[in-house]
Amino acid sequence: MSGLFAPSRRLGVLSLVCVLLAALPLATQAEYADVVINRQAEKNGMRPVVFPHWFHRIRFRCKVCHAELGFKMRAGSNTITMTDIIEGKFCGACHNNDIAWSPENCDLCHSGKPGLPTGVFGGHETSGPGRW
Amino acid sequence: MPVSTFRAEFLDTVSGLARGAASPGLALFLWLLCVGAAWAGEWLPLANDGIHDPRSRAVKILQQPREALQGLTPDHAGNQVRWVQVLEKGEIRPREKLFPQTVVQKLDLDVILDAKGGMPAVRFPHRPHTEWLDCVNCHDGLFAKSVGQSKISMFKILQGEQCGVCHGAVAFPLTECARCHSIPRPGQSKPVIPAGIDPRIHQAIGQGQK
Repeated sequence: MSGLFAPSRRLGVLSLVCVLLAALPLATQAEYADVVINRQAEKNGMRPVVFPHWFHRIRFRCKVCHAELGFKMRAGSNTITMTDIIEGKFCGACHNNDIAWSPENCDLCHSGKPGLPTGVFGGHETSGPGRW
Repeated sequence: MPVSTFRAEFLDTVSGLARGAASPGLALFLWLLCVGAAWAGEWLPLANDGIHDPRSRAVKILQQPREALQGLTPDHAGNQVRWVQVLEKGEIRPREKLFPQTVVQKLDLDVILDAKGGMPAVRFPHRPHTEWLDCVNCHDGLFAKSVGQSKISMFKILQGEQCGVCHGAVAFPLTECARCHSIPRPGQSKPVIPAGIDPRIHQAIGQGQK
């Protein structure tokens, strides 16, 4: 009955186009407060690490990592090495196959796009300190 | 539900609705809905958030933001989650410490900071801050412990110093002026936003685009 340009089909297509257009301007936005960690990773042949604050915040308060574990509150100011992590420091305090997955699951953390610099990414309005 | 499935179902529903009713009014409504969704922001799947490598195994395994965040008290900024309220209401129960010997410190004390330039004064509530953070996160590095000893400026905050270490990066962004500048000056009435003004951009719609 309905040809390619019948009104009902056209409306369906129109709404589809709308949905796609609506998604377009947001196509390259990380989630607010995502941190890329890449001081060591790519130098050593691994993808950069993506640390999602939103995921960890649901499970731990800021103070656990930023007071107990000693992560300084400035992206790029922490020297995080796999040796430390395997010894139970920094990420390794939880990523020890007890609280969370062990460091053997390299690519679950090392999952960033190659070439990304260390820093806070993602912002619906701001993109981290001093970058409006 | 994986996000890809959700997207597909959503598209099906949208086009199905439009086909079924075949009314221009409905199409317009759907279009406005789409634009509204884009305006309000949307959680993107990890595979196309611009920082995950879509070829990485992780994007198929890791939890998607939408799955974790959609049920929480909403916000229009940041993660679109009102984190302080989410914690207060018990929607999430994040651990306070890892080590048994750690002493959890909390403080219920508001500090009022007068502001220059006619802005309403700032109320800094220690309580929600100490729910999340420890004293050492701010004292005595970012701020002195005694009231009046820290010269706080919006210029520094916008550069990512002082409050801006977190606000604008990981806590609610600096576009939310009134959440901090919440105490009107004597004689100052609460500003009334005229019709046709988007409160988030302080401009009449259509202005400033010449």
